[in-house]
Amino acid sequence: MSPAVRRRVDARVVVAVLLLGGLALVPMISSLIGGPFYITLFTRIVIFALAAVGLNLILGYGALVSFGHAMYIGIGAYAVGILSHHGVGSGWIQLAAALAVGAVVAVVIGLVCLRTSGMAFIMITLAFAQMFYFLAISLKQYGGDDGLTIAARSDFGVFTLASNTVLYYTALGVLVACLIAFHRLVYSRFGMVLRGCRSNERRMAALGFPTLRYKLTAYVISALVCVIAGMLLANLTKFSAPSYMAWQASGDLIVMIVLGGMGTIVGPVAGAVALLILEEILSGWTTHWMIVLGPAIVLIVLTAKRGIYGYLVERTARHAEAGASPS
Amino acid sequence: MTVGLFLTQALNGLQLGILLFLLAAGLTLVFGIMNFVNLAHGSLYMMGAYFAAAVFNWTGSFVLAGLIGVPATMLLGVVVERVALIRLYRRDHLDQVLATFGLILFFNELVRIIWGPASVYMNTPAALSGTVELFGLRYPSYRFAIIGVGLAVGIGLYLLIHRTRIGMLIRAGATHPEIVAAMGVNVRRLNTIVFGLGAGLAGLAGLMAGPIVSVQPGMGEPILILTLVVIVTGGIGSIRGAFYGALIVGIVDTIGRAFLPTLLREFLERSLAQAAGPAIASMLIYVLMALVLAIRPQGLFPVRHA
Repeated sequence: MSPAVRRRVDARVVVAVLLLGGLALVPMISSLIGGPFYITLFTRIVIFALAAVGLNLILGYGALVSFGHAMYIGIGAYAVGILSHHGVGSGWIQLAAALAVGAVVAVVIGLVCLRTSGMAFIMITLAFAQMFYFLAISLKQYGGDDGLTIAARSDFGVFTLASNTVLYYTALGVLVACLIAFHRLVYSRFGMVLRGCRSNERRMAALGFPTLRYKLTAYVISALVCVIAGMLLANLTKFSAPSYMAWQASGDLIVMIVLGGMGTIVGPVAGAVALLILEEILSGWTTHWMIVLGPAIVLIVLTAKRGIYGYLVERTARHAEAGASPS
Repeated sequence: MTVGLFLTQALNGLQLGILLFLLAAGLTLVFGIMNFVNLAHGSLYMMGAYFAAAVFNWTGSFVLAGLIGVPATMLLGVVVERVALIRLYRRDHLDQVLATFGLILFFNELVRIIWGPASVYMNTPAALSGTVELFGLRYPSYRFAIIGVGLAVGIGLYLLIHRTRIGMLIRAGATHPEIVAAMGVNVRRLNTIVFGLGAGLAGLAGLMAGPIVSVQPGMGEPILILTLVVIVTGGIGSIRGAFYGALIVGIVDTIGRAFLPTLLREFLERSLAQAAGPAIASMLIYVLMALVLAIRPQGLFPVRHA
């Protein structure tokens, strides 16, 4: 490993540890300031970071732009909502049901969507997400348009998510576990094939790789991560609503990824933190904050080449270089 | 009676299909020529409806609403293209989708600031507020007007693209942009013309839809999604595909919503049918799209490359 590459690796570790370490301190800081508001805000941030990390597996490493991943957040949220509506409060059962439904839906929809690529893939994933959105609205017995209130948070036997702090650290724990797993996945043989498909799928197919199977597996994994994020979100808000799978939510996830740094493991986390805090600040200023956010997104797209995370890594690496070289 | 009801619903479906065609034609043209996806197309439709409603409520003249509203939308489209979108043509689809997503948020909030969050109402023009009798069936004449306008636009577009010089350039630009540019055609101006044409069609759709839907912030998104289903089903980039796709989606959606719940009651338990009927009806066009893609991933009427 050349020194420059090693510095880059070190810088990535430094940035990731600082980011996650900062997130780990949130409950303490929040209790010092004395506002439960911050812990709720940051739980939301961590949950959306998890969903964005999940989506980034196919978007960043597979170049499959799914504009419908909010659908899986909705499936997770409704699994908690509907089961707890029928008196099933066990988190394990909810988790099993959510993952089972999510996997079946993801396999079927993934098979249809992956027949296309590029623009058509974006449109179809968007259309399917919209289908589930309308499906949730038509579920009159589960609240329909108004959504479904959840009486109690999931109970996992050894621990329950009733306390805000436990929920926060559960979400953060899942996020860290997911980051580690994805790091290993992306640099494994599977990840190599997936990234190979991103660069040149025809060549991968010619080399004898069943590319559809690889892409479908990645699609399902990324969907299931979003399902888990949806379960956590339902636990946070004690509510599941069709608006969780509105197409704006899918758009937000993509903005987080592009803002944070596409095709990096930790980038989406930085993007989620930045976007949701920006939204929070803007909505504090004016009710018409979208009028600022919209053009801001256009600017981010036009200017952000490597995202916040890429920028931070670059900077840290340059600092390290400046410190290392006697000048 | 049921025949009459069926016919009414079929006409409603045709009318929805025609509206979808006006939007899909513009979207698919822009995609076919510039390889650019414009999610903000639904916002142009919304702006068109607002412009038309504002002029109509101010002057009371539907003709004037069209004469001002449609060119205003066209102008807005050209300005947006020149200011923001022109920088995105060479980018990948992800950047295009995201930037136009940002534009949607912007336009939705803009109309909320200017016209308020509530719906703006637009009456049907007096001359078309009656009904027409057809095979002993009374059907609103305004909806017939929509169908007529849409068919006229369809024929006009066909003539424009297949019989005029500009249409020839558009067709050539869709398949061989570099060669068209090398022959000395100003491709940038061609792009702007196509974009303006698409925006104008979206504005026309907004004008025609104004009296039959509620003009409100965010009205562009549901119809945008339907339009995407149309162009994916019909074949991306093909006007013919947009036309047939729009009619199929419009009719299937309307007929499904009207009759599927009743039909299900014949096969299923009453309570189950009541719960599942509307859900399945709302999913019908997506299932149709999935079926089409499973059999023909390129759509029903793909562009023929000579």
